[in-house]
Amino acid sequence: MSAQADAVPAANVWRPSQARRRWSGWLFYGLAVVSTLMGLVMLGALLFDIFTDGVREVDWHFLSNYPSRIADNAGLRSALLGSLWMLAFTAIIAFPLGVGAAIYLEEYAPDNWLTRFIQLNIANLAGVPSIVYGLLGLGLFVRWLELGRVVLAGSMTMALLILPLIIVASREAIRAVPDSLREGSYALGATRWQMVRQTVLPSAAGGILTGTILALARAIGETAPLITIGALTYVAFDPNGPLDIFTVLPIQIFNWVSLPQKEFHSLAAGGIVVLLVVLLTANSLAVYLRYRMQRRLQ
Amino acid sequence: MLRAAGFGSLAAAAAAVLAACGESPADTQAEAPASAAGPTMVQVTPPDGPISGTILVDGSSTVGPISQAVAEEFQKQFSDVRVPVGVSGTGGGFKKFCAEETDISDASRFIKSGEAAVCDEHGIGYIELPVAIDGIAVVVNQQNDWIGDSITTDELRKLWAPESEGQVMNWSQVREGLPNEPLLLYGPGTDSGTYDYFTKAINGEEGASRGDFTPSEDDNVLVQGVSGDAGAVGFFGIAYYEQNAEVLKALQVDGGAGPVFPTTENILSGKYAPLSRVIFIYVSTVAAERPEVQTFVEFYLKNAANLVGDVGYVPLPAEMYDLALQRFTTRKTGTVSALDGVTDTPNSVLQAWKAGA
Repeated sequence: MSAQADAVPAANVWRPSQARRRWSGWLFYGLAVVSTLMGLVMLGALLFDIFTDGVREVDWHFLSNYPSRIADNAGLRSALLGSLWMLAFTAIIAFPLGVGAAIYLEEYAPDNWLTRFIQLNIANLAGVPSIVYGLLGLGLFVRWLELGRVVLAGSMTMALLILPLIIVASREAIRAVPDSLREGSYALGATRWQMVRQTVLPSAAGGILTGTILALARAIGETAPLITIGALTYVAFDPNGPLDIFTVLPIQIFNWVSLPQKEFHSLAAGGIVVLLVVLLTANSLAVYLRYRMQRRLQ
Repeated sequence: MLRAAGFGSLAAAAAAVLAACGESPADTQAEAPASAAGPTMVQVTPPDGPISGTILVDGSSTVGPISQAVAEEFQKQFSDVRVPVGVSGTGGGFKKFCAEETDISDASRFIKSGEAAVCDEHGIGYIELPVAIDGIAVVVNQQNDWIGDSITTDELRKLWAPESEGQVMNWSQVREGLPNEPLLLYGPGTDSGTYDYFTKAINGEEGASRGDFTPSEDDNVLVQGVSGDAGAVGFFGIAYYEQNAEVLKALQVDGGAGPVFPTTENILSGKYAPLSRVIFIYVSTVAAERPEVQTFVEFYLKNAANLVGDVGYVPLPAEMYDLALQRFTTRKTGTVSALDGVTDTPNSVLQAWKAGA
């Protein structure tokens, strides 16, 4: 490159400055690394702070006891069970609805203005603040359907909240299935439903499950909609099922943080550790499923 | 590779957590009495045999910890009764209470006439029962050596009056001879009963205050704010001061009868005026028909004196708990605040009761 420049000195239109180009290259590389590290350092600092405060609080006693005014006796059993109950029903409601909508939009819906309008609105719904879903849940499920302030009302609200996320992720996964597979299916005489069930869904399953699990991970960390629909603060019994009153981990953590005694702040850090473990488990499950599904496909 | 291993161990840890939760509750119940070495409670006997059911309590975040403490001890004795406690704020609590959605409402102030009207509309009577006294501490930064040890209510009014907004911005404007230090104000959010009470006591009207202060519903945020700025001043419940006494400086408050520090004795005797107040529970007359609610309220009033100290409040004089229980058993409804001149000091409430309110 430089030899060429030396050989043709007359070419003053194109005068590459090796030093400057290399320098700007390095600068951009540096900026990109700093941007990446920024996120990692923040996450690292957060995890370090939480774990140094909280990890010694987490033991069997902490997981199996109910909240108490005496910090040494306090645990988050009712909140953990409440979160798991709510999560299970959110998944049962949101998964079939979300995947069904995605299949319709990708495989069945005609490409007209109505479909495009629906697609645009689903994208918009994904950006609506969670408190708005809380108010909707309060009006629709708690008051109008007269469910009361129960697990199921919370699950239905959360399902609404994460439905757009599941639909968007599932559509991406379905769209990524190559058309050659669909055509192969048709060539063998499959109906559209057989093609979807036996060709598209198995190929897209990894992506759909990943999207669903990440959406559920978001649901387990949400507080605002549940406070709005009236999940309780102090619960010292196990929820009996979907129609029972409940509390969840983020609310229990919030309650402990707002108490004056310092010991409860450590308990809150312990609660965050438990919440993080549940979240990271969900995420690692998503990674594992995607890995397995992809391997099977190959 | 490293990443995969990390996920694997996390997953294993989480699986252990989940498996642990699935274990039968019998194990944990057997373990509970050994670890709970709390104080002995006054026992109560249900009116007609064993009780069960759910008692819904909701309302003030100030009273919440007391109700939670009582509920905790109550459920140890009566394991078939479930007492969940919500924290929706005093106003939010009354909304649910008067719509018959809850049985007992926690309140850090008297019921307002507007709220009482909604209760009347739904045919819900309410029995007003004081359960403890809460003092509001006025705190400054520890580096603040110019203010001295005390502040008068007139000076507090200068600090917080609606007219001071954008005007009183320096300590030198609060009292003659103070340095020209910038003023930073911290206080509870406008939804809290503490804010309502402070503005009434200092500025004469509930909710009347300057708007240019830093509000937070979380008192720990206020603690951090005041301990971080040399010119800061704030107010919140004394429990939050006592837990953070090493980083804050509480002021003696002079309401006209000399400066008084917010100690337990001064709050109980009523000397720490006007910044101490009685806090309440309101029991619905509909709920009061149920034996489990009757037992719970009796347990509450008989054990409150024991429990309120644990969560940072001052118990009422013993006489008031007895009289309150009497009012509950005779189903004395209504609020004493409807009478002229009754304030939320223990003495004022006591006198109103004795006068037949």
